[in-house]
Amino acid sequence: MSFSASQIRKDFPIFERTVRGGKRLVYLDSGATSQKPISVIDAESDFYKLHNAAVHRGAHQLAEEATDAYEGARQIVADFLGAPGGADEIIFTKSATESLNLLAYAMGNAPIGNRFALKNGDRIVVTEMEHHANLVPWQQLCARTGADLAWFGVTDDGRLDLSNINEVITPNTKVVSLTHQSNVLGTINPLSEITTRAHEVGAIVVLDACQSVPHMAVNVETLGVDFLAFSGHKTLGPTGVGILWGRKDLLDELPPFLYGGSMVQSVDMTGATWAAVPQKFEAGVPNMAQAVGLGVALKYLTQLGMDNVSAHEHALTGYLLEKMSLISDLTVVGPTNNLSRGSAISFTLGNIHPHDVGQYLDSQGVAVRTGHHCAWPLAKRMQVPATTRASLYVYNDESDCDVLIDAIQGASKYFGGR
Amino acid sequence: MYSSMRYKALQSILGGVKMELDSLYQEVILDHYKHPQHKGLSSTFDAQVHHVNTSCGDEITLNINLDGDCITSLSWDGQGCSISQASVSVMSDLLIGKTLNEALIVVNSFSQLMSSKGTSAGDPEILEDAVAFAGVSKFPGRVKCALLGWMAYKDVAIQAQAKN
Repeated sequence: MSFSASQIRKDFPIFERTVRGGKRLVYLDSGATSQKPISVIDAESDFYKLHNAAVHRGAHQLAEEATDAYEGARQIVADFLGAPGGADEIIFTKSATESLNLLAYAMGNAPIGNRFALKNGDRIVVTEMEHHANLVPWQQLCARTGADLAWFGVTDDGRLDLSNINEVITPNTKVVSLTHQSNVLGTINPLSEITTRAHEVGAIVVLDACQSVPHMAVNVETLGVDFLAFSGHKTLGPTGVGILWGRKDLLDELPPFLYGGSMVQSVDMTGATWAAVPQKFEAGVPNMAQAVGLGVALKYLTQLGMDNVSAHEHALTGYLLEKMSLISDLTVVGPTNNLSRGSAISFTLGNIHPHDVGQYLDSQGVAVRTGHHCAWPLAKRMQVPATTRASLYVYNDESDCDVLIDAIQGASKYFGGR
Repeated sequence: MYSSMRYKALQSILGGVKMELDSLYQEVILDHYKHPQHKGLSSTFDAQVHHVNTSCGDEITLNINLDGDCITSLSWDGQGCSISQASVSVMSDLLIGKTLNEALIVVNSFSQLMSSKGTSAGDPEILEDAVAFAGVSKFPGRVKCALLGWMAYKDVAIQAQAKN
């Protein structure tokens, strides 16, 4: 395998700079947002420099080029996810958060008789390890419709507790929405048991794939889910673009969320009918340059090979977990074995508050995230007010892990030894 | 080269990293963090508030007792980083025994210091030990940590006055 993180780093201009007084940038915060290769930055910039026009609208060459680039990106996303219905199943949003909100709001718009219509007594199922973006929209949908919210718990070692699956996913369940990989724990959730049970009761399965699509090969058909959301900016792409994938027949039945230009078939003064998917869900001029940039990012990842990416991260995660296990006052919050586990590693360090740990790491050039990582209920479940999270990606290698480990020990000394 | 000249210039301004870190984590701050003052909530109070820093989860509950215009007690409980916890500890030490008007002068002075972006050392006459937080103002991500307790105080003082 010719996978070289140090070679890959050369494609990312940001690694040419230093931080905090000449320190090499050790970027371990890709779980929050990834860095961008120059090809993505160029693609976004080239769109504005050479092809900028409103897609699906203008009667001129630029509009044609812009539309080709934008729709080309849609096809790339469809291929990347193995969407069985092709590009029509791909909806561009501004973020994964919007993708999930789109679903929740669109379901709230469903009239009686529509398969997405929810009523008193219906159920939506999530898990205790959800990011707020895959929790709060469903809470609110429940509040608007009278449906009740239920969830799978999390075990002490950070795995999903499926022991009561038949009691959680009841015959009244209409939606099961869960994360593929926890942004805090790194846990990769098993899906087949959940999709089987959900489909048995006629529920749809929504997958928050923000932390999986960037890091492993994800094929929507193999996974057997019905909807999937991920964000461009965690996947080497630009900010301002997210994806909602849905099965074609479901998207056809799902009502629109945002109304306006480009999403209509016909309009008169009293009403309107909707365009076919995906246009039905893309009102307004979209984030075109960002969609194009995302297409280039996914091509870049495809060239690396997603199996190579996940193998690289798996090996690196094992390396880092091993090194962390040797630090006596460090506790990993999440699975400590490297099975069904991604490369986000959260930890606590003695009694030192994560914000202080993060500050010290930053002084050593190490960029991490601290806090509850937008998963407050999970932090409460794991009985930690906050954690420090290191998250790895294609451009990280063992030397980054070594710098982190040294810096963690430095933090211990700095706050413990004074 | 991606603006490396600019970054080099920036780095030379920033100076030694260790020194930077020490300017943030002053001895006073670490002392108050390890030995917090007035921590433990009073059983009675004129007003109580609970403030949370939603971005990091730091939280404090603050009780106040007034005798007329005078702050007879401030007590608190909370969890969070050294900056947020030390700050509320130092603040309590400073404000107890002051009148509400005197306290307001201190609070305003501290708020100004926090928004100074490292250009002010703070007025030791007014702020006493709280000048130790001057270095925090150089770290935009930590200013809200330092202000958590002070914002809670503003809130609790208003509520106590409204009640009395």
